Amino acid sequence: MLMRSIGKAIIVAIMAMALTTVGAYAQSTVMKLGMVLEPPHLDPTAGAAAAIDEIVYANVFEGLTRIDKTGAVQPSLATSWYISDDGLTYTFTLKSRVTFHDGEKFDSRDVKFSFERAMGPGSVNAQKGIFEPIEEVRASDPETIIITLKRPTGAFLFNIGRGDAVIVSRKSADTNKTNPVGTGPFQFVQWDKGSRVILEEFKNYQGETVHLTKVTFVFISDPNTAISAMLAGDLDGFPLFPAPESLEVFTASDKFRVLVGTTEGETVLATNNKKSPFNDIRVRKAIAHTIDRWAIIEGAMFGYGTPIGSHFAPHHPYFVDTTATYPLDLDAAKKLMAEAGYADGFDATLKLPPPSYARRGGQIIASNLREIGIRLELINVEWAQWLEDVFTNKDYDLTIVSHVEPFDIGIYANPDYYFQFDNEDFRSIMKQLGETTDEGGRRALLGYAQDFLARHAVNGYLFQLAKTGVWNANIEGMWPNAPVEGNDLSQIFWTK
Amino acid sequence: MLGILLRRLIGFAVTLFVAALAIFFLLDILPGDPARFILGVNASAETVNILREQMGLNLPVWERFWGWVSGALSGDFGISHTQGAPVASLIGERLGVSLPLALWAMLISITLGLPIGIMAARRRGKATDSILMMLAQVGVAVPNFWFGMLLVLLFSVALGWLPTGGFVPWDENWIEAAIALILPGVALALPQAAILARVMRTALVDVIHADFIRTARAKGLTEGQAILRHGVRNALLPVLTILGLQFAFLIAGTIIVENVFYLPGLGRLIFTAISERDLVLVRGALIVLVVAVTTTMLLVDLLYVLVDPRLRTQGKP
Repeated sequence: MLMRSIGKAIIVAIMAMALTTVGAYAQSTVMKLGMVLEPPHLDPTAGAAAAIDEIVYANVFEGLTRIDKTGAVQPSLATSWYISDDGLTYTFTLKSRVTFHDGEKFDSRDVKFSFERAMGPGSVNAQKGIFEPIEEVRASDPETIIITLKRPTGAFLFNIGRGDAVIVSRKSADTNKTNPVGTGPFQFVQWDKGSRVILEEFKNYQGETVHLTKVTFVFISDPNTAISAMLAGDLDGFPLFPAPESLEVFTASDKFRVLVGTTEGETVLATNNKKSPFNDIRVRKAIAHTIDRWAIIEGAMFGYGTPIGSHFAPHHPYFVDTTATYPLDLDAAKKLMAEAGYADGFDATLKLPPPSYARRGGQIIASNLREIGIRLELINVEWAQWLEDVFTNKDYDLTIVSHVEPFDIGIYANPDYYFQFDNEDFRSIMKQLGETTDEGGRRALLGYAQDFLARHAVNGYLFQLAKTGVWNANIEGMWPNAPVEGNDLSQIFWTK
Repeated sequence: MLGILLRRLIGFAVTLFVAALAIFFLLDILPGDPARFILGVNASAETVNILREQMGLNLPVWERFWGWVSGALSGDFGISHTQGAPVASLIGERLGVSLPLALWAMLISITLGLPIGIMAARRRGKATDSILMMLAQVGVAVPNFWFGMLLVLLFSVALGWLPTGGFVPWDENWIEAAIALILPGVALALPQAAILARVMRTALVDVIHADFIRTARAKGLTEGQAILRHGVRNALLPVLTILGLQFAFLIAGTIIVENVFYLPGLGRLIFTAISERDLVLVRGALIVLVVAVTTTMLLVDLLYVLVDPRLRTQGKP
């Protein structure tokens, strides 16, 4: 008797749940999206974790400018701007009648506060470099902000459109980690730690109204579970799907849509340029001749990815194809090894962080390099360990990492960066680039810089990481590419 | 009785202290800087140092140890490095999932495991016994997460009866919360039930030939009555031990099943905290686990005494 009533209760409960799900679908303004990693907190101005921006960027928080789906700079909290002829003074006109989600009025003092907070001595902004060129931020009237730079900075408008430079309120800045308050079209509602974050439409948003009323981000780290959750309809989309090996399941079905796009992630076989034998350019060239990019893309990424020959994104307008600089040629590679005095090869280590591109790619590279006598010991490391051993202490020979910062070729001008590429010529190219503002000049310099890195074989350049998203076939308006870290929800809608 | 209790309590305190020492210092030498992890690769060394200063990581190790222990004694486990929230409340939220899940899985495993063990013992050597023990063998061998994945494929993807995972807080919708725990509980319970059945069977088979069973039979009880009334109680000690271990496992060791069902349990919390080097959080969670496990063991020890009167006189001349 008891068992029977328990059974009944369970059936009723299940039916009740099925009905609520159906109800939710009928409205077609709610959406559940999957994410692999849960953010540590939700303040984009106090951490580097991509998962923070994937929830709040352009949704909860806005900057003066914003990056659109093509990677171009668009107005956001600043409706227009004027740049002085010397490139040093930026005068921004701010959007009027904007309020923060908690009802506080937004004006130029919030901009001044946000920038000075990020620049200040106690700031722990992960991209403090964005603010480094700033000399002064002045709020001349409530709707005008004037920023003076120390020197012309080509990428300034792009940089202040990134998540690290969003505008926060003086009142709520300190609690944004757990209760983010911004000016964006969606406001934060709830965070069930370990489980999900819920955003809802912000009714007082000054701008285009959004289509969705409620969006839930669900954290699923297990790739098999991600597949099941999509198949069962528990999720409506997974913008960065963690199981490229299973995408065929979804491409084959007309209930789903697989979006393949690009990211800003240059995946490289990073090389310790100061450590013997990798300080010998002949050894690095030999490695470049030996790496089979397509085999790596096929084997590690199941075919998703674009080969690169230098540290530059193929979708960028200034990209030049340098993949043929050192074509796959084992004889040439062996000859270079012999010239360098390593006819019999040598032993080295390859440290692999957790992502599957690294762990799977590492195996393929190890078998590639064995052909010319380089015997690699594969060492799996966690991210925290990678950051300490490889990045901070430079205690490594080779490692595989995707550099996801947009437009980050400038890292090669820093001799202390973990590649330890110390080259005066490259530094002067980058210096010149910083001072060049005309299109043609920048294009020429960047083309030269890409070719320079390819020829010096600073790192083994593998492929541009693809963005593979899985969505319900009835959803439109999502970004195929990832020019910045983020999931802009403002254009997304259900077609039925 | 009091003596036993006192001795156990002293053991409890010593275990806790040793565990606290180990947890603190082992984590301290773990490679990886929490501040660098939070700030990523583009932050300068100065910015990282500012954050280390803010998090108190630049203080001498003994000072940090003392701060941690004295805080923990007053119930203050500190503020999580990465999440910026009090550790105690973060752990509390997760226990709201992990505890009910563990109890639910225990319930299933006992209701399945004990009767199967008893039945197999009564039919020992016969076909029923062989079949049940073969099934139990399979149950022991199959990993619980794999079992969980199969359950999801059947009940969520194919039939659509239950969600693939996730969790809704109890106060928001307790029905959905309970439903969310059905499959994970079953996945966790089945291998446990299999172990329990085998232990129960072995223990029962051992006592079935004991003199007191023969006496009970001689008094006119059937074999079934004799086993149920006298055998089971005498075979319960090893079963209790296993139950204690299983409960400890269900609280602390369910990380993979939590991952499969994307449940916000304690296991996932600790796993993420370790990979993010959120040492304050890891330490707090581990010490809570140590307390939970040692308390379970203490309770099991006390239950022994209740179940087996002979133990009450132990230690007396």
